[in-house]
Formats: sequence, structure tokens, C-alpha cells
Amino acid sequence: MNVCFDTIQAYGLRAIGIGERLLPKADITLCEQMVLIGSGLIWNVYFGVLSIGFGFWFAVCLSLGRLSQFAVLRLVSSGFVFLFRGSPLFIQFFFAYEAFVLLPKTGITIDLGLVVIDASTGWFTKAWAGALFVLFCNTAAYSSEIFSGALQSVPNGQIEAARASGMTRFQIFRRVMFPNMLRLAWPAYMNEAIFLFHSTTLVFFSGFPAWRQEGDALYYASYFAEKTFNPFVPYPIVAGYFILLTLVIIGVFTLTGGYLNRSVPQERRVKPRFRLLIWR
Amino acid sequence: MFSVCADPSLLSGLDWFSCYLTTPKHLAFFGSFGLVMLLIAVVAPVALAIGFAAAVASRSASPLLSLPGRGYIALARGVPDIVFFLFVPIALDQGFEYLRYLVICPDQPDGVWQGNNFLVCSAAKLPLSTAAPIWHSIYGFGLAVISFGLVFGAFAGNVLAGSFEAVPIAQIQTGASFGMTQSHIFRRILVPQMWVFALPGLSNLWQILIKATPLLFLLGLQDIVYWARELGSSKTSIYAYPHPDWRLYYFGFLLIFYLGLTAISEVAYKRIMARLSRGQATLAGSGKIGLRGGV
Repeated sequence: MNVCFDTIQAYGLRAIGIGERLLPKADITLCEQMVLIGSGLIWNVYFGVLSIGFGFWFAVCLSLGRLSQFAVLRLVSSGFVFLFRGSPLFIQFFFAYEAFVLLPKTGITIDLGLVVIDASTGWFTKAWAGALFVLFCNTAAYSSEIFSGALQSVPNGQIEAARASGMTRFQIFRRVMFPNMLRLAWPAYMNEAIFLFHSTTLVFFSGFPAWRQEGDALYYASYFAEKTFNPFVPYPIVAGYFILLTLVIIGVFTLTGGYLNRSVPQERRVKPRFRLLIWR
Repeated sequence: MFSVCADPSLLSGLDWFSCYLTTPKHLAFFGSFGLVMLLIAVVAPVALAIGFAAAVASRSASPLLSLPGRGYIALARGVPDIVFFLFVPIALDQGFEYLRYLVICPDQPDGVWQGNNFLVCSAAKLPLSTAAPIWHSIYGFGLAVISFGLVFGAFAGNVLAGSFEAVPIAQIQTGASFGMTQSHIFRRILVPQMWVFALPGLSNLWQILIKATPLLFLLGLQDIVYWARELGSSKTSIYAYPHPDWRLYYFGFLLIFYLGLTAISEVAYKRIMARLSRGQATLAGSGKIGLRGGV
């Protein structure tokens, strides 16, 4: 027990560069595996929370764009969704990494609106920014599919009632369509969140290098599997951590879902349940 | 390949490219697209069969069958799939070698676990180190098929178990009232009607399977990702065809390949759905409402 306390001090925050520099090499204990893989989970949570947090708003914009009356907006947003839903996330990571590394060198700059990538923005080749950007686009595309479906199933009567009471177009969206959309989309969106967290494990296996061996949970698990030639300990540990993480996500989304459904009679609420899975 | 390609340094423009794209390594790259297609073609029926067995087992009245079925289906939901893809091949590989060790050289001096190493005598290695390289590739591909089959079998089991539930109960009751036996009802009523409910989920799975194929790279096979990295990386002038870092274009090509594959599957799915819905007790099958409005 005492020994394990030392290990937690040494490796508890190893994934973000705090603590012992060298990873355990010989005589690897169960405690070391648990602690180091757990510390890698910081990155999974980081990628998951931030990409969902930002991707949510982009997804709402995208789904509005897909239902827009302007053909250009429709085309651009459906094209974006097709690009990110139709290709494997794994390839997207590789492609984006090469683009972030290569394009600035050749003098081509990518204008992302908020940031312009050129030689000075080398941090986009680092996982914390580059992979986050890919995950952000990816989850936005998948979520916008869910949201635009939900927007189309907002009850017509409610919109008519809002129009009849003299609301402006923006007010109708803000007060009627948006809350209804969230409520209807929430169970499917929970599923999307779970699978996004799962796919954060791909980051360090796809082009983006783990700087100073600071990687995610699966990165450390495969490190241990390589060092000990025993996959039966590290991978079940990752699996266990992810099952816990999944339970936390389900808990958070169920609570939020209850809040979103607060004005709806009990029997008409949208129940959270597992839907078809999605893979990037 | 062509006689003009004998001395690449003399070539330029289109000639250079046509020679560059037909080097043996590029032909292997194009061949690896076939490998991906082969994997999809082999895994899809395997996973469907495993999933069907798991779904049927999970509905069984006996807990001896239903518990393993449910557990197997549920496990794939909570754990990232890539964990399975890393875990299952190593575990299977070690399992096979351990079994061979028990048969071939059980009296190995230090046992299989030597410190932090897993070692079996060289006669028990799989495939044998003397085997031709093709056997190593086939063995690796076989492991990939098994791990893809196991993971996607669980997903398919999940979909099929749901669609068994979706068959209207009245259909089963009608069968029972005609005096059909359990297995009769299962074969004549449940299974034929289940597919139309399963198809949206299965088509989703198909897309997932297509998009999971780059993970072959993680299993150490020479698949399209391997070749794209290999061929795209910058080649200095000691190579026959020197070029700067072209990985971006190679990965761009892979991106387009996958987009095409998923787009074609989408069209095919709509056709099959329309065909299967004919005559079914669903809105789409009644012929009054089109597919889009009905489902």
C-alpha cells in the first residue's frame, strides 16, 4: 500500500509531464500499470470534454446550415458532414497531421477563420491542438446529423403557436426549436459522446507523436504490453477505466436529460437508451 | 515494368509518373486495396454468423446460453474497440503458441514465462520461423479476421437481438395459434421478418466495418496505411524516384477511396431496403408511403 502511494506520487500526473521522467522498465508492478494508465486517462478526458464542448456549438450551426434556405450553405455544410462521416477518423488523423506538418513548409497557409496556420503555428502538429481540432470537426459532423434529425421532428404546432404569439424568427429558434431539438436529440447525443470518448484512444496511434512519452491510457497500456509481453493485465485495465468513464458520461447525460425534459409530461419524455452505435 | 522505365533518372513529366506509379512497391500498394476489400468480404459473413448465434443465445430460456450471449454483446459496448483490436490478436497468438507448447515441448526448462518474456521453443512458434513469408502474412491476416469477427460479431449481435424484439408479437401469436412449434415459429416467422428491422443497424455496421479497416495497420499488416506512409515519405536521390514528402497526397487518396466506398454502400443500402420492405408489415412495405416518409 505504502509502495503504491509512492508510485502515485511518481506517475499519477506523468501523462502531463509532472513527476518521474523515466517510465518503469523492469519489474513492472500492477500498481504502476494502474497508476500510469490512469494518468493517461487525463488526455482522453481532455480530448473528449473539449471537443464535445466546442463541437456542440459547431454542430448546431452545421445542422442549421443543412436546413438553410440558401443552397450554398446547404452544400457547404452537407459536404463537411459527408467528408467527416464518410471517412475513417484514423485516416483523418493521418491526413491532418501531414497537412499541419507539410503545408506550412511549402508556403501554403490554411485560413481556419480564427487561426491561420503557417510556419509559426507549429503547435498544430502537436497532439493537444491538432488532434483536438480533428476530433472537434469529427464530433461536430456526427452530432449535426443527430441535431438536424431532431430539428426536423420538432412538433409543428409549437412553431405555429410561437409564430401566432408574435415571436421573431430568432426568438422562435431560441425559445422553441433549440430546447425541443436538444430534448429530442439528447439520448442519441449521449451515445455520440460515449463513442467520441472511445475514439480519443486513436490519437496517439495515428501520426501524432506522443511528446516525451506523454500519452493517453491506451498508449501506456500498449507500452506495458510491449514491455511485459503480457496483454492480459494492461488492456483489461484500460477496459475497466473506460467502462467507468462510460458510466460517468451516462450519469451526466441522464441528469442533463432530466433537466431538458422538465416541462414535458412524464409519459411523453424521451427516454435515454442505447441506440445504434457509431464509429468514426 | 515498361522498357522505358529502365533508367528513371532520364524520365520527366508524364513518363516519370507512369513509371513511378508502376514500380513493384506501388503495385503492392494497389494490391493492399484488394486486401482491405478481402478483409471486408470475409469479416462481414463471419461477424454476421457470430452475431446471429449470440443474438439467438441471448434469447434462450436457459441461463447457460443467455448469460454468455448477453455478456458478449454487452462487453463490446463499454470498451473502446481499438482496445480489442490491440488485445485479441496478441492474446490469440499467445494462446495458440501456449497450446502448441503444451503439445510439442512441455518440458521446456524455464517454462514459457521467463521474467518479462513470453517464449516458447522454436518448434512451437507460430508460424515457424522457417516458414515462407507468405505464411506469416496469412497468419497475420487470419488473426485480423478473427479479431474483427469477434468485435463486429458483438455489434451485430446487438443489432440482431434488438430486431428480434421488433417483430410484432401478434405475428408470433398467430403462428402459435396455428399450432406451429417453437422452432417452426423461429424459422418461418421470426427470422424472415427480422431482417427488415435489422437492416438499418446492419448497414450502419457495414459502414463502421469499412471505416475500421485502417486499423489493420495497428495489427502490423502491410495494408494501405502502411504503404501510404512508406511510399509517401520523402525519398532522397539515392532512390530511383526521388521526391519530397508526399504523404499528404497519399493519405488524401485514401480519404477519397473511403469516401467513395461509403457513398456506394449508402446507395446500395437504399436499394436493398426498398427490396426487402416489399410485402412487410411496416409503413414502407405497405406501398402507400415512400421510404423516406415511412421510416
